[in-house]
Amino acid sequence: MKQKIGLAVGVVLVLVWCLLPVAWILSLSFKSQSAVSNGSDPGFLPLDSFTGLDNYRAVWEDDQFRRAIINSIGISLIATLLSVMIATLAAYAIARLEFRGKKMVLTTALAIAMFPVVSLVSPLFDLWRTIGLYDTWPGLILPYMSFTLPLAIWTLSAFFREIPWEMEQAAQVDGATSWQAFRKVIVPLAAPGVFTAAILTFFFAWNDFVFGITLTSTENARPIPAALSFFVGPDPFQRPAGLLAAAAVIATIPIVVIVLLFQRKIVAGLTSGAVKG
Amino acid sequence: MAAISLKNIVKKYGDGFPAVNDVSIDIADGEFVILVGPSGCGKSTLLRMIVGLEDITSGDMIIGDRKVNDLAPRDRNLAMVFQNYALYPHLSVYENIAFPLRLAGAEDSEVDEKVRAASKTLELDEHLDRKPGNLSGGQRQRVAMGRAIVRDADAFLFDEPLSNLDAKLRGQMRTEISRLQKRLGITTVYVTHDQTEAMTLGDRVAVLKRGVLQQLASPRELYENPGNLFVAGFIGSPPMNFLPAEVEGTSVKLPFGTVEIGEEKAAKARDRGLLIAGIRPEHFEDAALVDQDTTGSSFKATVEVVEWLGNETYAYIPFEAPPEVEKQLKQLEEDLDGESLRTQLVVTLDGSSRIAEGDEAEIWLDASKMHLFDPATGENLTVDRDHAGQIVGESMAAAAEQPAAAG
Repeated sequence: MKQKIGLAVGVVLVLVWCLLPVAWILSLSFKSQSAVSNGSDPGFLPLDSFTGLDNYRAVWEDDQFRRAIINSIGISLIATLLSVMIATLAAYAIARLEFRGKKMVLTTALAIAMFPVVSLVSPLFDLWRTIGLYDTWPGLILPYMSFTLPLAIWTLSAFFREIPWEMEQAAQVDGATSWQAFRKVIVPLAAPGVFTAAILTFFFAWNDFVFGITLTSTENARPIPAALSFFVGPDPFQRPAGLLAAAAVIATIPIVVIVLLFQRKIVAGLTSGAVKG
Repeated sequence: MAAISLKNIVKKYGDGFPAVNDVSIDIADGEFVILVGPSGCGKSTLLRMIVGLEDITSGDMIIGDRKVNDLAPRDRNLAMVFQNYALYPHLSVYENIAFPLRLAGAEDSEVDEKVRAASKTLELDEHLDRKPGNLSGGQRQRVAMGRAIVRDADAFLFDEPLSNLDAKLRGQMRTEISRLQKRLGITTVYVTHDQTEAMTLGDRVAVLKRGVLQQLASPRELYENPGNLFVAGFIGSPPMNFLPAEVEGTSVKLPFGTVEIGEEKAAKARDRGLLIAGIRPEHFEDAALVDQDTTGSSFKATVEVVEWLGNETYAYIPFEAPPEVEKQLKQLEEDLDGESLRTQLVVTLDGSSRIAEGDEAEIWLDASKMHLFDPATGENLTVDRDHAGQIVGESMAAAAEQPAAAG
């Protein structure tokens, strides 16, 4: 009994710790601008200053913000898709094939992951300006891909190594080409790994701020985190806290949706289980 | 359907060690051939070379009238059942069985018809919608077989398919495989280390040791006329007894006494000094239970342990062997994957025998069934070559040198 109470207290503590900032942002997003800046409604719940969905409407009507959301979704999805596709092929090769320089590929991948992002930003800025990638979607997709690839390759090659060789050989005896065996047997079996890698990649791309703010200059390619920092309400002398909070909430919706979608796949993959004798 | 012909097949790995060495086997159309041997004898490698999952270092692999050495597995049109079944966990039983057909681009109606037929044969109808992960071992085994029979393959290949099942199920599946093979009349190659499977399933059995084919013969021929010590020790359970022996005239001197063998056998083994006599446990009997007028000899010995099984009794009688014979027997034990224990005689007596542990018992022996082996080469001197199938010339001594050369 004592243990149960202890567990419950622990769970509540962790939940509060994790969800308080989220709840706070939610609460702010429903307060009016003046209440936030004057401190006239200091309570946690928006009581007198409750504005309903006004803040959300205002944010949604802002053209800059809408562009940013489209940029973020597009760039993150494309980067995730490409990164996972390349990582799947690379990880398969690393797990299954013997080739010269296999170790080097793995260590190089790790080295890239260890590189501090900040040190790369200024050279990239110069490079992108010169070759015309500055302030474009590919200009962000490329760095996102290269920074998430190592992690995706490592995760996926671990998954591929778990899949028994026999599966693939059985498929080949059944009449599959190597590519068919890979696509119809190996990839479905590695699906949990593929989706794990996809979630991690998407997180990185969606949350990135440094690349987003350095390599863009207009709403052409500026993603949400960068856009939020430029966000100015109707009054340039006051930070529009309510609007920012509403924007932040909107920005988290896609990621929650994606995680829920992918998570179901991960669980389905894990429970289908490998068949062992 | 097709005949399979292996011609001087050699498989060498990177370190130059020949896992399969100069093996030639002709498998007739519709024949059931077993590859058997202790672990590491190259039987699985050989099977994987037939199906195309291993490269062939040299030699020719001919299926039907095509040389398939360089063909990919998918172009050889063979069906294989793997040891761990290798079912696709993400597909239902139905889709698992349909997989080869779908790859071949068959129409949905044709797929359905064939899958239903296969599932009916294997009694899988009620499991078609389940995932392999939810099936029992025997059901998985049947799904794996369904995947093999659903296509019109030229031959079936089995890689120790029953080794993951419990004893009872193994017996059932064994008969199942045998029945299926007879009904479909399809060429089958079956790898196993279990000699019951080897003896009961095969039309012919190929015994391999360290990559070298020892003997290729029907189960009966192997049992009655083993070509060398290794085959003699490998086939049969409990295994054949090996005793030091010397031939003088028409009699053989064994540790327990002297027994008569006919002139025909004695002539083949005379004047060769110390030999190894091989006698199967069932060729002994409790002398008290043998009719007086039956030919054979009897001797007295102290029985150390008795195991009564109801229908029969195993009695264990220790004996001393001279060092050169003991060395050879130790080597043999190692080849057979066994522990080299002290030299003892295992005899199978009738279940009604009253011999007890510690008794000085009189044991009768049917010496006409005795084989005599050359201790240096392991060759069976008394083999009846007309009824021994194909004995491959590789002598024991040459085979024994191999690990030294490789190491």
